Amino acid sequence: MTAETLNPRLQEIAEDFSSLPDGDRLQLLLEFSRDLPSLPARFADHHDLLESVPECQTPLFLAVEVDAEGTVHLFFDAPPEAPTTRGFAGILHAGLDGLAAEEVLNTPPEFSSQLGLHDLVSPLRLRGMAAMLARIKRQVREQQV
Amino acid sequence: MLPYDSAPKFQDYARPEMLVTTEWVAEHLDDPGLVVAESDEDVLLYETGHIPGAVKLDWHTELNDPVTRDYVDGAGFARLMSDRGISRDTTLVLYGDKNNWWAAYALWVCTLFGHPDVRLLDGGRTKWIAEGRPLSTETPRRARSDYPVIERHDATFRAFRADVLAHLGKPMIDVRSPGEYTGELLHMPDYPQEGAVRGGHIPGARNVPWARAAADDATFRTRQEIDAIYAGEMGLRPEDDVVVYCRIGERSSHTWFVLHHLMGYPHVRNYDGSWTEWGNSVRVPISRGENP
Repeated sequence: MTAETLNPRLQEIAEDFSSLPDGDRLQLLLEFSRDLPSLPARFADHHDLLESVPECQTPLFLAVEVDAEGTVHLFFDAPPEAPTTRGFAGILHAGLDGLAAEEVLNTPPEFSSQLGLHDLVSPLRLRGMAAMLARIKRQVREQQV
Repeated sequence: MLPYDSAPKFQDYARPEMLVTTEWVAEHLDDPGLVVAESDEDVLLYETGHIPGAVKLDWHTELNDPVTRDYVDGAGFARLMSDRGISRDTTLVLYGDKNNWWAAYALWVCTLFGHPDVRLLDGGRTKWIAEGRPLSTETPRRARSDYPVIERHDATFRAFRADVLAHLGKPMIDVRSPGEYTGELLHMPDYPQEGAVRGGHIPGARNVPWARAAADDATFRTRQEIDAIYAGEMGLRPEDDVVVYCRIGERSSHTWFVLHHLMGYPHVRNYDGSWTEWGNSVRVPISRGENP
């Protein structure tokens, strides 16, 4: 297994965040929250297929699919009243969806600390994103077997 | 100071002046001397749309000291208030998500600094939106104010661990969920990141989950309804010395507001160390199960 590194897409997201002044960083997180794709019908109609991530302040649900080519597809569901949680999901979707399983597994677990959000969002809230990533990786590993 | 809201429901509470209705806020929104502030659990919810002209107060990143587990000090509070254009004589109206959970917490912190006129919007964000009232994503530019440095006064409304140890045997209300109270759960349902190494409750504390004081539309229940819970079921009396707690002191701020302001009990303290301190402390007594 190769060393854990940020893939180019996550690297770009991290650079986008850290280049912005504080106030604009929250706006960027809000954009990710708005851009989070809604669930496709096969999940929206079968919510039991989603895994709950209770570590987030407002519960979030996610599903992971690894297709025959080994490409990872991510699906998230979080209510509009939880924009921070949706924003975290949006970042992970933009940074990981469509990548090869190995690339997803190589994402550093402490990736969220590179976004410059600690003071703005608080470390406690950021833990939710680390929990999402951990659960995504676990599901990828399970489906690779 | 702005006029009080004369809504009939409020007149039954001990301090009707502590609440305003959505109608009152809509009517007074542009009045000089009023600042409306939103305080939410979600740090981005304000940015998705808020009451026009309202400023944001974040409990986590702004009301807490970033290093020590404590609230900001007098200088920090003065800086924060001045930055939001709030003066010592401003009528401050707080509102937020989740039945005003975090707004009540912010109000309690403002009380420690003795802000003279701070009120809650009954029903908070939920009711404002349910009524189809306008929202804005524009961050208001309020002129900076010059809020004085007032030292925080903790003794009256805040309890520390040593105070609670000395309080054992007197009335206490644990406002967490039944599973947290009995010790089945080491954390609040869905919030495992704020856990403790021991489960249970402080001996003698009775369990009244905080949200029982809120109606379905997020407003406070009527005087008659809250009397039935706290005086009726729990047997609390106005002369009692009462301590309330939860996990970090935020849910219990809501109950503190109910007991102190809506029912008028003078001696109610919030133990903000709450279960994250007690359940991690060495050799403090703990009760498990359904009995106090």
